[in-house]
Amino acid sequence: MARARDPLDSMRVVIELEVPNDVRNIEQIVELVSRQIRELDFPARACSLNIPVALSEALSNAMLRGNADDSAKHVRVRALVDKAALVLEITDEGVGFDLDRCTRDPTTPENVVREDGRGLYLMHQLMDRVERYTDGGNVVRLTLKRP
Amino acid sequence: MSFSITKHGEVVVVDVEGQLIVGNRQELKQKVLDELEKGERKFLIDFTRTGYIDSSGLGVLVSLSKKIREQGGELRLANLNDDLKTLFELTKLDTLFQIADTRERGLQSF
Repeated sequence: MARARDPLDSMRVVIELEVPNDVRNIEQIVELVSRQIRELDFPARACSLNIPVALSEALSNAMLRGNADDSAKHVRVRALVDKAALVLEITDEGVGFDLDRCTRDPTTPENVVREDGRGLYLMHQLMDRVERYTDGGNVVRLTLKRP
Repeated sequence: MSFSITKHGEVVVVDVEGQLIVGNRQELKQKVLDELEKGERKFLIDFTRTGYIDSSGLGVLVSLSKKIREQGGELRLANLNDDLKTLFELTKLDTLFQIADTRERGLQSF
């Protein structure tokens, strides 16, 4: 992990991780990133709910879908925190997906009883912005503004 | 992360020690299904020591609830912190599960 303060802007902190593709790593990664963000005065609720759940969902999607549960692959996590917001970028080695088409409402009467389909919805509910793009891999970018 | 199982009268109580997420959800599912297989029908999952649950963990709870009901049983939940209550409200799973504020109330609700 590299954590470097940009000397040009003391309010900008970047956390970068590259981790093996194993869902058993997720809890530890989430704890590590959430703890670092908490130290940067992000609200407690965001660090106990929004960030852990949204990051856990993004990592889970990256490892199981993007990287097809292939233990030879890796996932990169980049967290950028400044005085305005947190931006999390989770990159896998897959070809990507259509964010809008894959997101469904799990609260409808027919969907609430389903076992799956809540991950992307929760990311949208818990973050201010969810984006997906391709940049040397499939990237999901989650943005949470400071209150 | 671990799950411990104790019996309180006719109710099987599962204590979740830590987060319920994609990396451990199958362990919880298997433990509960093993008890169901043995003939147990009343289950209470206690989340006193759980900070958050991801969508895979929520999915396992939905799956277990279905399987237990199919066998004529009941799955109830207890001790959700404010973050967990928010997750259940956002996903409307609070309409699917009977949720008790304390373990005692959960046990009494059967």
